[in-house]
Amino acid sequence: MPSALINVPAKAKRGEIIEIKTLMSHIMETGYRRTATGEIIPRDIITSFACRYNGVEIFRADLFPAIAANPFITFTTVATESGKFEFEWIGDRGFSETASASIIVE
Amino acid sequence: MDKPTDATRRQFLAITGSAALLAVTLRPAEATPAMLTSAIRNVVGSAVVQTGKVKLDIPPLVENGNTVPMTVSVTSPMTPEDYVKSIHVFNEKNPQPNIGNFYLGPRAGRAQVSTRIRLADSQKIVAIARLSDGSFWSVSADVIVTLAACTEEVD
Repeated sequence: MPSALINVPAKAKRGEIIEIKTLMSHIMETGYRRTATGEIIPRDIITSFACRYNGVEIFRADLFPAIAANPFITFTTVATESGKFEFEWIGDRGFSETASASIIVE
Repeated sequence: MDKPTDATRRQFLAITGSAALLAVTLRPAEATPAMLTSAIRNVVGSAVVQTGKVKLDIPPLVENGNTVPMTVSVTSPMTPEDYVKSIHVFNEKNPQPNIGNFYLGPRAGRAQVSTRIRLADSQKIVAIARLSDGSFWSVSADVIVTLAACTEEVD
């Protein structure tokens, strides 16, 4: 069962740079490994990640098989207003997951 | 499909033992420095890539190539007039030259991204930043890997 871990500060001062940590559980199968019988295990990775802050995209990433399993991505943003962060992961085999976190900016 | 002749099969079996180890180093899919160069060209086009401004934090010696922590940061005021548009990370010897592309903007406040990557071999990692003025800046780091990623078999 896919699940996300998000770390966003609950409160921040206006204008403060905050760090956002995200982790999505996913095997990130590279497509280069083989089974004991020599068959290639098909690729199954998350290909894209995006974060929106009150509806506006503030961060996006293209991921490749060289990203380790359970992609962990950390980035920063300026706390401008109270509201919601929405996170979205999209990948092979129709993988699509979302998560959200809220923040109070004073 | 043609069956291999007995002679071929015997020869095959005879070398299987030693070949098992060799097969790991003879993986057909391996990015070459040429692939690294062309992957970088795909991002920067014909622009000149300058050295500097970018910092790549990655351990110089890693035991397990399956998960290597990495942080890329770029010296930038991150104002609407002068900011980092994107950060691109490449490798030399994984099956594919790309590791990740990260798109940010002035709202990031700080041009810094961290993630965990896979390294199939000891190799060079290159990080390139695209600035809002269209210039490209890069840094590279060498990493020695003792246990490589993506070589193990799976049942």
